[in-house]
Amino acid sequence: MKAINILISISIIGLLMSCGGSSQKNNEQGNNMSGDIKIDGSSTVYPITEAVAEEFREIEPDIRVTIGVSGTGGGFKKFARNETDISNASRPIKDIEKETCEEHAIHYHSITIAYDGLAVVINPENTWAESITVEELKKIWEPSAQNKITHWNQIRPEWPNEEIHLFGPGIASGTYDYFTEAIVGKSGSSRGDFTASEDDNVLVQGVATDKYSLGFFGLAYFEENSKKLKLVAVDNGNGPVKPTAETVSNNSYDPLSRPIFIYVNQKSCEREEVQKFVKFYIKNAGSLTKDVGYVALPTEKYDTEYKKFISFLETHKL
Amino acid sequence: MKRSVRNKIYDKVFEIIGYTATFFGLIILLYFITDIVYEGWNRIDYDFLTSYTSRKAEKSGIFPAWVGSVWILALTLIISVPIGIASGIYFEEYAKKNKITYMLEVNIANLAGVPSIIYGLLGLEIFGRMFGFGSSILTGSLTLALLILPIIIVSTREALKAVPQSLRDASFALGASKWQTIWLQILPSSMGGVLTGTILALSRAVGETAPLIVIGALAYVPFIPSSPMDEFTVLPMQIFEWTSRPQHEFLINAAAAIIVLLCITFLMNGIAIYLRNKWQKKNQW
Repeated sequence: MKAINILISISIIGLLMSCGGSSQKNNEQGNNMSGDIKIDGSSTVYPITEAVAEEFREIEPDIRVTIGVSGTGGGFKKFARNETDISNASRPIKDIEKETCEEHAIHYHSITIAYDGLAVVINPENTWAESITVEELKKIWEPSAQNKITHWNQIRPEWPNEEIHLFGPGIASGTYDYFTEAIVGKSGSSRGDFTASEDDNVLVQGVATDKYSLGFFGLAYFEENSKKLKLVAVDNGNGPVKPTAETVSNNSYDPLSRPIFIYVNQKSCEREEVQKFVKFYIKNAGSLTKDVGYVALPTEKYDTEYKKFISFLETHKL
Repeated sequence: MKRSVRNKIYDKVFEIIGYTATFFGLIILLYFITDIVYEGWNRIDYDFLTSYTSRKAEKSGIFPAWVGSVWILALTLIISVPIGIASGIYFEEYAKKNKITYMLEVNIANLAGVPSIIYGLLGLEIFGRMFGFGSSILTGSLTLALLILPIIIVSTREALKAVPQSLRDASFALGASKWQTIWLQILPSSMGGVLTGTILALSRAVGETAPLIVIGALAYVPFIPSSPMDEFTVLPMQIFEWTSRPQHEFLINAAAAIIVLLCITFLMNGIAIYLRNKWQKKNQW
């Protein structure tokens, strides 16, 4: 019988341990606002929302903001079922997702909160590919390139006759959706014979250790690993442009700079704490975005987003 | 003579293969653990264990994550152990050997091999949406309990099988009923094996991420869950989120969190071994 006693005591200890921390927390009730705000969605947007939630907690400790990382698509699925108040998205909402929102009578407001550049990177030992045109990228990545475009000199004759090794994010990520949309012309359509990983650090390692590699991922991952990688300038007809904070935010790094968004459920905006959080978000996104490695919008754009949100609230009498 | 020489050679060869196989695994494991400890050891301090996550890696901590893991562990234990052990007893002591029992047995064995993400989908639909538990600790625990039930059932049956028939006979001979025999003789004698299986199964549950992501475990939780209906995060989620960050400092945090998770697992395996040894000493047939 001792066994059962031990089992029971283990579980009781476990429960006590976990309850201990929380009871104190519940006691400190101030006059501040309280409530829950549920956020889910893109893992690309997550660091910004996390930073905002962290700062928001300083001024409103009793509003519990929780954030998940189901991905842009997974986030919209929950958003459309009224399971979340705000959805993080690294691409605009798709038509099919809009339809599900309508089916469940979910209305929303979208807010652009930052820019993210997609970096096209090569190994530092690669001396030939200084820049690449959008057509060349398309030639490499389009579905018909599979098993055909396999060598560097097939892209440009003066490049070496060596196999090209491609690295990119997994097909479930918004980054992949965006890249294929911008380069191939159709979201989610590309060749399949490349090394794909949901973990961008794996891609960094892949490109950093392979002289004949070429890959793409979020600019933040390049900046953290700039010694191990080399940027390729992208030419969309107006000369080669390298992604920097400036070229990404003024859109001259075209077409691989993208805006990222949050979507706010209209019904949730009836709750004062959600309104307050979103206003706080827009006001502070600029400085916090830089903290976590993304590119902020110009200040006047945040002002516009703020005004748009206020008028959204007014038109719906929230 | 010739044959005995040949056999000795075979013997030696197999010994070497055995050694290599053992050390191959051990060395790789050792390499990983050294690497992780080297990266993360200095990161672990009181603040790390008692802070919430932050955008600044050096201010970030794993408080909600490890408390969430303990919650999940405790609830999973409470849910899965009684059901698992009871099913094991049913199959071993009560079930008639017919086709239905056989079908059930085969299915339980198969369930042990179903990928954990499938359990996540099941948990999301049934516990999360149908029962309306949402993305709560309860949903997570129920899902993980389902995941490890087959393991508990199978190990309970193995432990019960190991109890010698003579013990049962002796108990019946003294006039004990079937239930008295099971409850007072067979179960205590097999408890070592049952607990070992259970704790190993729970060690597996504590490291699961995939099913919990599916049911909606979070990454940022600024509070400590206070009831089973609260939303939560767990250590593997936190580790997963940190390893996908570009900044190296977050990878150090992940290494530190892995050490904490490893400690929990080692501790549980330690308990399992201790209990097994204790019960084995007591029961000498």
